[in-house]
Amino acid sequence: MREIRVSDVTAAVKRLCISANCNVPGETIAALKRAVEEEESPVGREVLKQILENHRIAREEGVPACQDTGVALVFLEVGQDVHFVGGDLYEAINDGVRQGYIEGYLRKSLVNDPLFKRVNTGDNTPAMIYTDIVPGTGLRITVAPKGGGAENMSGIAMLPPAAGVEGVKKFVVERVQKAGSNPCPPVVVGVGIGGTFDRVALLAKKALLRPVGSHNADPLYAELERELLTEVNRLGIGPQGFGGRTTALAVNVEYAPCHIASMPVAVNLNCHVGPHESIVL
Amino acid sequence: MNIKPEEGSQVTIDICTPMSDDVVARLKAGDNVRISGILFTARDAAHKRLVGLLNEGKELPVDIRGQIIYYVGPAPAPPGRPIGSAGPTTSYRMDSYAPILMEHGLKGMIGKGSRSQDVRDAMVKFKAVYFAAIGGAGALLAKCVKASELVAYEDLGPEAIRKLTVEDFPAVVVNDVYGNDLYEDGVRKYRIG
Repeated sequence: MREIRVSDVTAAVKRLCISANCNVPGETIAALKRAVEEEESPVGREVLKQILENHRIAREEGVPACQDTGVALVFLEVGQDVHFVGGDLYEAINDGVRQGYIEGYLRKSLVNDPLFKRVNTGDNTPAMIYTDIVPGTGLRITVAPKGGGAENMSGIAMLPPAAGVEGVKKFVVERVQKAGSNPCPPVVVGVGIGGTFDRVALLAKKALLRPVGSHNADPLYAELERELLTEVNRLGIGPQGFGGRTTALAVNVEYAPCHIASMPVAVNLNCHVGPHESIVL
Repeated sequence: MNIKPEEGSQVTIDICTPMSDDVVARLKAGDNVRISGILFTARDAAHKRLVGLLNEGKELPVDIRGQIIYYVGPAPAPPGRPIGSAGPTTSYRMDSYAPILMEHGLKGMIGKGSRSQDVRDAMVKFKAVYFAAIGGAGALLAKCVKASELVAYEDLGPEAIRKLTVEDFPAVVVNDVYGNDLYEDGVRKYRIG
């Protein structure tokens, strides 16, 4: 049994909130640079250059790349032989989010009640916390601030198994087409297939945590990712929706076993910032 | 900062606020613009209040005649800076509020993403334009903001109305007074199949 102080978790979450918002992942930057070379639309190329300039300013000046510093998604992989000491783990995480968003001059984008009052909670808490128990004595924390623009373009479908690969592709491509310019293309497309109604959405979200340019370990799903990326980039939406070839930088697919009667599919989009950062304690 | 369009693309038009009908009529979908002057920030909650006032026949807390509203909820200003990261938010959420503001003299909107047919019709009718700024480029766009002053609805936090003084703020005309739409035209040009 290994002991981890929850105050160390607070400090880590605070750091990750600030750092993830200011530092666009290196793989995403590399993909944007490749896109500048390959984009056919002059307006599209100019947009991609300005995006890269924006990401450089954010990194060098320590300011958030986007003003929408999002809802703080916190993913935990907790070793089963870890014992947390010194307080409540989830409270410690929320303390980290609170400190990070206030001290890092990040925008607080949470309201307390979705329908009636909609009063800003003032400190971007509560965080959305997801916990997986894994073997070992480690703790991996990933903070992924999620903005509203791309998130609002998400979709879920409970397809019949007979819909097959073509049904999945049709749903994913139509979602990206319908999203158009709203999610700040070039986007990263997170796709979940399988599980249940609730699980498939989480799969799509977790797919967004994978580095741009990585592929599913299963060759069939890796091929599906490549085919979907090609089809999405035939839509012509392009950078910012002004027209062009670079609508998506990547399509990441995650899958899980599901019921014999079911084939849930979910699409969750990230913008060209797609912030996320991890630490292992 | 390189925000000039590259060789072979359209010229860049410098505009100042407030905008006259003549200036608005000169702008065409696809034009690059650099805006200098005043921009008023407002997003969902602020729009709801503004339109509520108009529906009750009351005065607005800011004079929007000839002006541009920027759909933005900026990040807090770090010490020594007028504003934090400040890119556009998605515009369709303001669609139900936009026509009545144009009816009362609003001449421009800056956001990202496409607008409803009602909004596009109102732009033709009331002579107004819709600009897109680059979504997610909040750090870059904040550099064009020279001053920021809170003018209404402080309780709304990031959704409060601010008066921004901007210089050479880069944007693209998406919808003009002639009914054109850059998103539709651009996608049509590059769509395969």
